[in-house]
Amino acid sequence: MTAIPATASSTRTVVCEYARLTPELGVAALLGDVQVAIFRLGDGSVHAVQNLDPFSGASVMSRGITGSRGDVPTIASPIYKQVFSLLDGTCLVTMDKEPKPGLQPNLEVYAVTVDNGQVIIDLAGRE
Amino acid sequence: MTTEHIVVVGGGMVAHRFTEALRERDTEGRFSVEVLAEEPRAPYDRVALTSYFSGRAPEELQLGDPALWQDPLVILHRDTRATAVDRERRIVTVDGGREVAYDHLVLATGSYAWAPPTPGADLPGVFMYRTVDDVAALRGWVEERRAALGRPVRGAVIGGGLLGLEAAGALQSLGAVSTVVQFGDRLMNLQVDEGGGEALKRLIERMGVTVRCNTATKEIRAGKDGHVGSLVFGDGGEQLVDVVVFATGVRPRDELAAAAGLELGARGGVVVDDACLTADPAVSAIGEVACIQGSCLGLIAPGNTMAEIAVDRLLGGGSTFPGADMATKLKLLGVDVASFGDAFATTPGALEMVYADPVNGVYKKLVLTDDATTLLGGVLVGDASAYASLRPMVGAALPGDPAAWILPEGSVEKGEIELPDDAGVCSCNNVSAGSIRGAVNDHDCHDLGAVKACTKAGTSCGSCLPLVKKIMSTELEKAGIEVSNALCEHFALSRAQLFNAIKVAEVTTFSEVIERFGTGRGCDICKPTVGSILASLYNEHVLAGDRAALQDTNDRVMANMQKDGTYSVVPRVPGGEILPEHLILIGQIAQDFGLYTKITGGQRIDMFGARLEQLPAIWKRLVDAGMESGHAYGKSLRTVKSCVGSTWCRYGVQDSVGMAIALELRYRGLRSPHKLKLGVSGCARECAEARGKDVGVIATDKGWNVYVGGNGGFTPVHAQLLVEDVPDDEVFRVIDRYLMYYIRTADRLQRTAPWQQEHEGGLDRIREIVVEDSLGLGEELDAHMARHIDCYEDEWKAVLNDPVRLQQFTSFVNAPDQPDPTLAYVEQRGQRRPATATERADGAVLIAPSTLEVRS
Repeated sequence: MTAIPATASSTRTVVCEYARLTPELGVAALLGDVQVAIFRLGDGSVHAVQNLDPFSGASVMSRGITGSRGDVPTIASPIYKQVFSLLDGTCLVTMDKEPKPGLQPNLEVYAVTVDNGQVIIDLAGRE
Repeated sequence: MTTEHIVVVGGGMVAHRFTEALRERDTEGRFSVEVLAEEPRAPYDRVALTSYFSGRAPEELQLGDPALWQDPLVILHRDTRATAVDRERRIVTVDGGREVAYDHLVLATGSYAWAPPTPGADLPGVFMYRTVDDVAALRGWVEERRAALGRPVRGAVIGGGLLGLEAAGALQSLGAVSTVVQFGDRLMNLQVDEGGGEALKRLIERMGVTVRCNTATKEIRAGKDGHVGSLVFGDGGEQLVDVVVFATGVRPRDELAAAAGLELGARGGVVVDDACLTADPAVSAIGEVACIQGSCLGLIAPGNTMAEIAVDRLLGGGSTFPGADMATKLKLLGVDVASFGDAFATTPGALEMVYADPVNGVYKKLVLTDDATTLLGGVLVGDASAYASLRPMVGAALPGDPAAWILPEGSVEKGEIELPDDAGVCSCNNVSAGSIRGAVNDHDCHDLGAVKACTKAGTSCGSCLPLVKKIMSTELEKAGIEVSNALCEHFALSRAQLFNAIKVAEVTTFSEVIERFGTGRGCDICKPTVGSILASLYNEHVLAGDRAALQDTNDRVMANMQKDGTYSVVPRVPGGEILPEHLILIGQIAQDFGLYTKITGGQRIDMFGARLEQLPAIWKRLVDAGMESGHAYGKSLRTVKSCVGSTWCRYGVQDSVGMAIALELRYRGLRSPHKLKLGVSGCARECAEARGKDVGVIATDKGWNVYVGGNGGFTPVHAQLLVEDVPDDEVFRVIDRYLMYYIRTADRLQRTAPWQQEHEGGLDRIREIVVEDSLGLGEELDAHMARHIDCYEDEWKAVLNDPVRLQQFTSFVNAPDQPDPTLAYVEQRGQRRPATATERADGAVLIAPSTLEVRS
């Protein structure tokens, strides 16, 4: 695998070492004024979604509980318990609530690369 | 289309049923209903009146869906007594002279409690037993007299019928000693025969109630203080009393009808035909006031039937009164009594088959046709478990040997009965076995709640519920439907089953648990549940091993997340007793970190607005001063609320604060299916509101009463008495076992009140298990609790000592010094609160988080 320097694109940012991530426990990162929630799952994969919870307006997704619905890895909001796919950010369970005005029910998903033990987020690489 | 206006005089159960049925069946809105209720409240469940003494509030006696009274076609007037009916003008006059016009009038005025003319019946301390206000006044009197006299109150109930025994039960539950004075030769002479009456008397005397049959009350005499003082009997005997309750029957409230010139029955009541109509086609009478087929009927079931008939007739139907089913099943003072069909064997040639066991206090009688095959009726005292199956079989042949139904379980093989579709199951609401089967098969009702809602079966007295459940389960089984109590898509087990599985397999991590008993990765439902079970079982730190990721954010960071993502911090204040130094410290911390402070409902102080990364610093200052986590975030013991007790209070009889502190220190950190709250009151005045708690301990002059299963919240329930007058160590033992048994067997997020209600056999069964140790579980439960107490450690302190776990308390992994820039506050009443969306948009935000922190 070709190592791509993190500085190759202005949208790519190194946030922390992979070893800093505890399995199934999220962390938040601040990239400019964008907050990202990052999860390392039990299978070793790393996922990143927006930290802003659309249903409460608080930046808390990194503190939710990871899990699965069928084969889809998920994250549940710690505030009103909506469940989102970690793969594409789709809101899978709305708990019969509407997002806050001006917010979409689904989460933004960001591309994550683990390179040389570093976790790199690409804000442009939205899936 | 014009609406016809129906006026209902009376606001009792039958008036409610009439209104409910009319609104349900009159889908086109042809009728509007105006209900004139004399009592100051909406119709309530008078049958359940006595439950007022076992802790139910008047609101809990509410009937049906209160939304009925919001219906635009329904008007309910409370505190409104009808004074006259002018049938010519079709006008009802109410108190104050207001006139209400009707197109059709329904008289549902019910009965009044009747007392034989007895000198002294108007003395203070003499009560009737008919309305919520009657029982509330009785309760107030007994409590007041007990406090004033400083000894148990002596009560007497005049009348040994059904209501009399209910009243005696009420007096017992208020802590009064009671005597039942019965004019007839046996108790409940309208329902049970001599043998049954004898068995009933023995059982009731065993409960501490004195029974005097064949006794006339000649006079009630005043004591020195002018209150009721003694009863004088026909034989010259005398008895000292502090309170007297008359339960000598009811008489129809037919005065309105009489004045309006309607025909009355020989023994009162408005004469109606089988369509519930009086001679005036614009006037019906239903319920206890109606004299139908020659008599007035004092039970709810025929009253509801009459209400349904009146509605059916208004809608053009042709239903007629089928004759009353006077079957009764009751639990009086804990004794089962049932009577159904031809209980007194008046049918010519009827045979009586009797089983009596005076030692165990059981009397059972079946009345059969002369060929001993067809069931005509029966009396069951002491054990009425066969009632639900037998009553619908009246008039049908009993399969197998009829003796099997009355002999002790197992002595003779019982025939399998399959009720015919038209057999009545719920007589209160006239629901047949067929309708229950229909609900299950055609309306997809797959649990008891759904069947009840769909058919109304079991919603009045509830005595048919075991049968309803059995019919439902049989149908579900036939249809091949399994009732799922799976936790979530990852576990097919219920919480209680999973608890046992984990305990037996001795697995200690979530990965092992899901590998052995589940599938997939888990979710926000099963992970916290397993986390809680592991914490209950192994008493390790809530974040030990792989458990941090199992917990909700509250448990994970040991603080309560608020709407903006910041947390509130609550240090433990055991029993609500706090040192001045600790008060000052809390104030100091709140000032230094800019936290909003508020006193909680659990007698402690909550500090709001702490950011994730501030939590360790806040805890450190609390822990250094000797404070610890209050577990305000956990599904665990929250607080033990107390009143100040005998150490300061003029009225306190025990040290409630000391007891509360001991309980709080004993159960702190105990993980459970839902939050647990306890309360301790130092006397019967109950200032700590302990009966609103999962466990309430109330001081008596002999020790403590322990109440269990009280909850506030969405459906408030008062706690019920588990044990009485026990010493301190017994308080601990009983609560240890109760809580541990709850933790082991309750469902996920099931609080103690619904757990206790849904537990097989209810509180009685739970008492057998935790107090009498009927399952032999006692030692195991004790040992489990002892381990919890030994292993307790403060969760905050443990995290402060663990650098790895402290890493979690970071705002941003790449910018740990930066607080969440989206937090915004405004000032209100001298403190800060989160800014609203509008305030943010208007730029009205006064305080940004980073400018707030002033470290000392």
